[in-house]
Amino acid sequence: MTTSVDAERTITVTVNGVPRQATVPVRRLLSDALRHDLGLTGTHVGCEHGVCGACTVLVDGAPVRSCLLLAVQVDGASVTTVEGLAREDQQGGQVLHPVQEAFRECHALQCGFCTPGFLVTIAAGLEARDADGPITDEEVEEIVGGNLCRCTGYANIKKAVHHADAAMRDAR
Amino acid sequence: MKPAPFRYADPRSLDEALAVLSAEEGAKVLAGGQSLLPLLSMRLAAPAVLVDINRVPGLDAVEATGDGVRVGALVRHDALLRDAAAARVQPLLARATANVAHPAIRNRGTTVGSIAHADPSGEMTSVLALTDGSVTVATPEGTGTVGWRDLFVGPLETSVTGPAVVTSAFFPALPERSGTAFAEVARRKGDYAVCGAGVVVTLDADRRVSAARAAYVSVGLVPEVHDLTDAVAGAPAEEADWAAAGALARSLVEPDGDIHASADYRRLLVGVLTERTLASAAAEALGKVA
Repeated sequence: MTTSVDAERTITVTVNGVPRQATVPVRRLLSDALRHDLGLTGTHVGCEHGVCGACTVLVDGAPVRSCLLLAVQVDGASVTTVEGLAREDQQGGQVLHPVQEAFRECHALQCGFCTPGFLVTIAAGLEARDADGPITDEEVEEIVGGNLCRCTGYANIKKAVHHADAAMRDAR
Repeated sequence: MKPAPFRYADPRSLDEALAVLSAEEGAKVLAGGQSLLPLLSMRLAAPAVLVDINRVPGLDAVEATGDGVRVGALVRHDALLRDAAAARVQPLLARATANVAHPAIRNRGTTVGSIAHADPSGEMTSVLALTDGSVTVATPEGTGTVGWRDLFVGPLETSVTGPAVVTSAFFPALPERSGTAFAEVARRKGDYAVCGAGVVVTLDADRRVSAARAAYVSVGLVPEVHDLTDAVAGAPAEEADWAAAGALARSLVEPDGDIHASADYRRLLVGVLTERTLASAAAEALGKVA
């Protein structure tokens, strides 16, 4: 038998464009590896069984629950967290992602706990969209339907998705 | 809410995966993990070893032929949902996967994994039953086929035991002059269904109902197919008494109650969803009869 059966592994993951290495127990969830081993506390941990969506990150561009993946499973993959959404501008500052801008504009957050999960989910959902016209309410609900927010009542979050969609289509 | 300690292997071939499964006591296969990881985190399961098959090549294909659709063990729900060829051969696949959880879960969860998980509130177990499907199981002794009736033993329990990997599921093609529909009632779109129904209606050349079958989600301990033909047999598809078929379905099912819904409420939903989906499936079938 050539396959090794390990209790601990050293993994290499490209996080927000930067190759990072960590040695983790194999039971370490990706959400915990991001926060504890890599110090990226932007990813929030809510229910820890896939219901709330707060811990959503992008793995190779697709939104996934980081609490439902083991860190060892993303060895060699590319991960984007909420910290990776903003872009650097020429003055060395940061330009918010259109979805972040829209959340600020539309007051789409209150306590902010669920916000990182919403931001990466919506950013990926809008970037994957291939239709030309404005996003429909039905599409918005499909994108954000897997994320829970206990403060806002969702109205302003949905408004922000429309707002970001318009901004992103204008920029194309 | 962290998994109990385990050891981990990510073999690069099916033979290696079976070798680890044979050599290690208490080993469990990990595919999409969208059902298994919550079980580990809630400590409802504590396998000694996880055998991650995600790096095994050749398990991620959807093959649609005239006979049906074969779905490999690593095909994500989202890939099946978007497979136009599979949807043409067996439309229930896209209709049901659209109801599986949320996009972020569908990006990772596998259709075959959810069948092997055998949760009575999963959609794809019911679709396997309704289409009279089967799974292919690889063991160190060789490869075999298990039909859905022999597969599901109880909630979260299948007849596949010992060192084995379910490598694919096969969903037979939709018969001619047939239509399908799938609908759920859930507290939040994408959550586990309080009740779901998938149906197939087949018409004869004179546009009369020749068969009506249904399978349900979150009703009963294992998937079952209920033949509702008696309530509507021979009726012209436009005028068939779908409410009578719904009433027959209500009398056949044996749902349980839980914190989400009482058994009576589930039985009521079975009737409502059956009537609604049968009418929709019949309308679709009518479009295929010249």
